Amino acid sequence: MIWIELFLTFLKIGAFTFGGGYAMLPLIQSEVERHGWLTQAEVVDFIAVSESTPGPLAINMATFVGIRTGGMFGAVCATLGVVLPSFAIILIVAKFYERFRKSRAVDGVMYGLRPAVIGLIGAAFLSVGMTVFFPNGLKNSVFSGAGFWLSLGIFALGAVLAFKKIHPIAIIGISAVIGIIAGYALGL
Amino acid sequence: MNKNLDLFLTFMKIGAFTFGGGYAMIPLIQREVCDNKQWLNEDDILEVVAIAESTPGPVAINAATFVGSRTAGTLGAVCATLGVVLPSFLIISLVSCILKAFRESRAVQYAFMGIRAGVLALILKAVYTMFMATKKHAVSYVIMVAALVLTAFLKIDAVFVIIGCAIFGLIWSLIFRKEQSDDMD
Repeated sequence: MIWIELFLTFLKIGAFTFGGGYAMLPLIQSEVERHGWLTQAEVVDFIAVSESTPGPLAINMATFVGIRTGGMFGAVCATLGVVLPSFAIILIVAKFYERFRKSRAVDGVMYGLRPAVIGLIGAAFLSVGMTVFFPNGLKNSVFSGAGFWLSLGIFALGAVLAFKKIHPIAIIGISAVIGIIAGYALGL
Repeated sequence: MNKNLDLFLTFMKIGAFTFGGGYAMIPLIQREVCDNKQWLNEDDILEVVAIAESTPGPVAINAATFVGSRTAGTLGAVCATLGVVLPSFLIISLVSCILKAFRESRAVQYAFMGIRAGVLALILKAVYTMFMATKKHAVSYVIMVAALVLTAFLKIDAVFVIIGCAIFGLIWSLIFRKEQSDDMD
């Protein structure tokens, strides 16, 4: 049953995401791959769409994955799933806020989790990098292909712009325009 | 106006004007909830951020639920959370239909080829920003590298890595860190 599966999967993703939307990425990647719902390239496309539409990244991605795999009702199930753990935990924490904040156990858990999330997003960066630069796998390496160099160029430009604090939507827009122009010009 | 309805509408507005991750929402929450509605004060907003960071779930949902619950109890939390989710949900449903219609188009395929490389740059920036914001010491470097290697190269499920690092952090803190604040800042 795709709907129950979507709900449970996103419940798990919601329960184990700490921090902003990008922290969700490694979880979405591994879950979506395990279920065979989407290709890694599609996951990256979803990030782009989620970044350039209003609304929090996490909700956008859940809705998007849900609708693609299970239609409108799939979107409802995935979104509900990702929201529920947060909602329940915050309701409890809001009541015991002082105790929660002074808790040595919470502090200890976060001591381990904060750096772990950085490592996890680092891993997501590597796997997205593989998808971007070697879409057909390392064996059919396209080191010399125009697609590889084009991607590398856009990535380098995007990185420079991102570190210059250009807005992500502008970076996505610029990347799209370069992709279209170069795609037609090089006949990829 | 009914407070629950007001929470719903306010968070709907916040959801509709947030682009990117949950942290992008915090300034909007601050303006609406502190300055305009005066439901909470500035200190409460810092609490919202601290709580959202140290509980599971997307920051946006955590923040909406927390503000709703503080302002008008459980029903308030339901209204605020529903409000923040709704615009996303509707817009993504619409965008998904549009994309589906144009998926076969060459221009769209070229655009996404470019966009994927751009998104990779955004992820790099996200890692860098989080790395700069975290406290760096030997233990945190070890956890960072371990999490990266376990997920990227040994293909361990991210959920297990998260559970493992949480347990490790807890045990390490209880045994080796004397005061809660000794290496916090």
